Amino acid sequence: MKEIMKAISRTIFKMPLGFLVTFKYIFKKPVTLDYPRKKKPMAPRYRGKHYLERYDDGTERCVCCGLCAAACPADAIYMEPEENENGERRAKIYEINLLRCIFCGFCEEACPEEAIFLGQEYEFSDYDRNSFIYTKEEMLVPHPRKDNPFKRIIRRVRRVYGVSESK
Amino acid sequence: MLEVILISSVKVIVVVVVLLTGCAYATYMERKVLAFMQHRIGPNYAGPFGLLQPIADAIKLIFKEDIVPDNVERLTYTLAPMISFVPAVLTFAVVPFSSKFTLFGHEITGVISDLNIGILFVFAVTSLGVYGILLGGWSAGSKYSLLGGLRASAQMISYELSYGLSIVGVIIIANTLSMVELVEQQSTIGSWFIWKQPLGFLLYITCAVAETNRSPFDLPEAESELVGGYHTEYSSMRFAQFFIGEYGNMLAVSAVAATLFFGGWQGPLLPPVVWFLIKVFCFMFLYIWLRATLPRFRYDQLMNFGWKVLFPLAIFNTLATGLWVLWLSDVIFGG
Repeated sequence: MKEIMKAISRTIFKMPLGFLVTFKYIFKKPVTLDYPRKKKPMAPRYRGKHYLERYDDGTERCVCCGLCAAACPADAIYMEPEENENGERRAKIYEINLLRCIFCGFCEEACPEEAIFLGQEYEFSDYDRNSFIYTKEEMLVPHPRKDNPFKRIIRRVRRVYGVSESK
Repeated sequence: MLEVILISSVKVIVVVVVLLTGCAYATYMERKVLAFMQHRIGPNYAGPFGLLQPIADAIKLIFKEDIVPDNVERLTYTLAPMISFVPAVLTFAVVPFSSKFTLFGHEITGVISDLNIGILFVFAVTSLGVYGILLGGWSAGSKYSLLGGLRASAQMISYELSYGLSIVGVIIIANTLSMVELVEQQSTIGSWFIWKQPLGFLLYITCAVAETNRSPFDLPEAESELVGGYHTEYSSMRFAQFFIGEYGNMLAVSAVAATLFFGGWQGPLLPPVVWFLIKVFCFMFLYIWLRATLPRFRYDQLMNFGWKVLFPLAIFNTLATGLWVLWLSDVIFGG
């Protein structure tokens, strides 16, 4: 009898509370995003798809030194050097295999010229494996400059010790 | 004579079209409300606020391949979805949706057929729906389907009794089986039968949810354990028929609940049809609310609840109402 009374009181007093919870949630803002239409802002140091930086006058920063390829733990970077019309060294071929890349950011850290960065983009699915070989031309497109605190420190050190920022 | 036939056929067509549209948009409403209750957005791609989603779903289902597995019982496999679909539509033949109104100089009653045994008809017909589920589950030749069908039949037998008894109280008080008369007796909010039969209403709603195999009594379907239960092996329009049957049954049960306990189309200011639709809508919301709040019963809990709680309560309610009407009201109010 006691148990029955307990069950009845639970039904009358406790069950509506549960219903109230679900009802209240109708008026709350959804936590999910309307994804392809709205996108979540990525963290400033998010490591997404790579891009190559240029100098302000438009010449490429990358000199094809090969340090990024050496630093790459996934062996995803391939490059071949050439000379430009001023006789300066630059990359003829610069390819990153995005299927191999693990987005660790070591290339970004290794780069002495502040040429390669990992950007904000994270949507690069495709039907074709070959399209994941990411070429120099694709990487050189203008991109909002990434604010990397480490790079800022490096730049400051260079200024202090008289290493010129321009080429 | 011709006029009567014409008016009736127009009414039938209107009711069926509204019902099928209602089924389609019940799915939309369910997905949307459930999404809000779970902090999600819900369908919002087809049309503004996803309002065309039911139409997109319907088109998709029509164009899907109709897969018939090898080891099915052809005849019952084909018949089962229809059996579960037809009773849902049939129920609306006796549900009054409006008062009498005049249109183009003709006086039209707000019900397709004013059957003098309306409620009995409703309960007879809705009980047939389980055969569709049972046969569908059995004929598909799959373990999941069979278990789903088995559960459906066991659940139906357990809850049908309380379901039938839950409305006896209302019938005793109203002294009629005709749905139209029932509505006419509840002309004001104070005379709604829910005030006279609160226990009967609770029993009715609980059993109705179990009868329509909705959460928390959705054991025959039980997506998380039986894949899809009785409709695991169904695809394309056959599956859609089960789906329409389920939502049609929900609408039918909601309409009957509104008629029996909440005065049907009776209400101030707004036209009767609107009141009726509002009441049905509230019950549909309740269905979804239940689904969002309560977890599924375990099989033994379901049986315990049906036989040890609902059935005794239903008998008690029936007896108490009978005693009240027969003697006590005379003794207390001096007849």
